[in-house]
Amino acid sequence: MNFFYRALYEIQEYTLFSFQAVRSLFRKPRYFEDILRQMEIIGTGSIFIVMLTGFFTGGVLALQSAKSLKSFGAVNLTGQLVALSLVRELGPVLTALMIAGRVGAGIASQLGSMVVTQQIDAMRGLGTDPTKKLVAPRVVASTAMLPLLTVVADLFGLVGGWIVSLYTLRLNTALYWNTALRSLAYNDVLEGLMKPLVFGFIIGTIGCYFGINTTGGTRGVGRSTTQAVVTASILVIIADFFVSKIVLEFRY
Amino acid sequence: MNAIRFEHVFKSFHEKVVLKDFSMEVRPAETKIILGGGGSGKTTILKMVLGLVKPDSGQIFVEDQEITQLKEAELMPIRKRIGMVFQEGALFDSLTVGENVAFRMREAKNHSEEEIEGVVRQLLGFVELGHAIDKFPSELSGGMIRRVGIARALVGHPSILLYDAPTAGLDPITSRTICELVIKLRDLEGVASIFVTHDLESARTVASEFAETLPNGEVVFKSEDNNLCLVNTRFLMLKEGSIIFEGNEKALRNSDDSYIQSFLE
Ligand SMILES: Nc1ncnc2c1ncn2[C@@H]1O[C@H](COP(=O)(O)OP(=O)(O)OP(=O)(O)O)[C@@H](O)[C@H]1O
Ligand SMILES: [Mg+2]
Repeated sequence: MNFFYRALYEIQEYTLFSFQAVRSLFRKPRYFEDILRQMEIIGTGSIFIVMLTGFFTGGVLALQSAKSLKSFGAVNLTGQLVALSLVRELGPVLTALMIAGRVGAGIASQLGSMVVTQQIDAMRGLGTDPTKKLVAPRVVASTAMLPLLTVVADLFGLVGGWIVSLYTLRLNTALYWNTALRSLAYNDVLEGLMKPLVFGFIIGTIGCYFGINTTGGTRGVGRSTTQAVVTASILVIIADFFVSKIVLEFRY
Repeated sequence: MNAIRFEHVFKSFHEKVVLKDFSMEVRPAETKIILGGGGSGKTTILKMVLGLVKPDSGQIFVEDQEITQLKEAELMPIRKRIGMVFQEGALFDSLTVGENVAFRMREAKNHSEEEIEGVVRQLLGFVELGHAIDKFPSELSGGMIRRVGIARALVGHPSILLYDAPTAGLDPITSRTICELVIKLRDLEGVASIFVTHDLESARTVASEFAETLPNGEVVFKSEDNNLCLVNTRFLMLKEGSIIFEGNEKALRNSDDSYIQSFLE
């Protein structure tokens, strides 16, 4: 029961925290430069791991699906299967998990160490609201960058799938790209972009929430970093289910 | 008028009582030296003056305005008049020394870059760190960090300064420099301050010396006769959330409380 109350309390605090972060965006002063700097940090720091993740995920999708497709005599649909699974599901989720590990942890540990070294207090004392200056730019940046990174992962995934199809399945290049790209409907792309928006918001707010609420010195920083990554990853997977469900409801 | 006034302030964290019916006042151009063991609530008191920590009950006034119930946005104009030197410096470690000092002015967004540059150079000169303007905090020694913290706190000529153990762990010469800064601000600028410390040597310096400007503009430090104490510097000693001593240095030395005596040794 104690655990239950504690969880409810955390959820309430987190909701309030996220709400304040969003609300602070509509009040002066605004911090465009900080937003741009955070976007740059997130983007340049993550693009390489996202490319790798995408590429090999696409490759393995082609490998595995070809095996099942063969039994139906439908190997030439490999492109379609790779494209649909990547764009709707694996691209957004795997990118988000990688970013939760990298960016979520980075945000939590940076803000956490600012808390334990009293830099957050110093900032408030100097008349600047850390929610505006530190939290909001990170939330905006991760929400904006995750769709972009997901697109990169999707593209590299399609390339990975193509290379596998070409060299191990001996599929025709034109056939692969034709089935891949034509299978994608407007809805699939929409779903593939909506998910990372939600995931990016989750990663940004969770990273900031655990970072800002760090207590207990440098050990506390380690703890909140771990908690941020674990919580963000789980929430991404849960949110993925619900967004998929909602999109399916509206599909027909 | 009082610069700072606490009235019957109580504060606990979880179950631990940190302040028990704490009352005190600091007048303009007065320095209150707060002594007390680790965890006795000294930092908490300073944070309360800035409104960073709220009391459970009681009232706090800054320049006769009650701040106890104020919201974060309402506290901002009051914080403009207060400078705080944090215990470990609390410099922003992603910003250079110059950017740390400039932070408050840049955030205010109503100063030109030239104006900011001028103030930053002047203040860094004041703490004798003009050469470190482009360094990052990780490249500085503890004493330098503390002095940058002082420079940052002085931006905008605050009428109240809060020093949280500014000389802890520093060599005697650097400590002396910091004490002289504190004395100058008190005697020449009329700044009210709270000086938290474990370091009795620097507490004595602040309590027994005063600064004067000679006709040629030079600032000199003079020491009171051993039997005289400065009227504008008083001690306050905390133990288990309560004030166990309040008065001047002489009274502190002559106190027969065994805890105070063991602290002074
Ligand atoms: N945010 C907080 N949450 C929980 N406990 C706190 C918090 N801030 C302070 N405390 C506790 O309150 C007590 C007083 O803390 P404070 O930092 O004011 O002590 P201090 O007198 O400054 O000590 P030191 O001389 O070591 O700096 C300590 O026991 C500390 O653990
Ligand atoms: Mg302290």
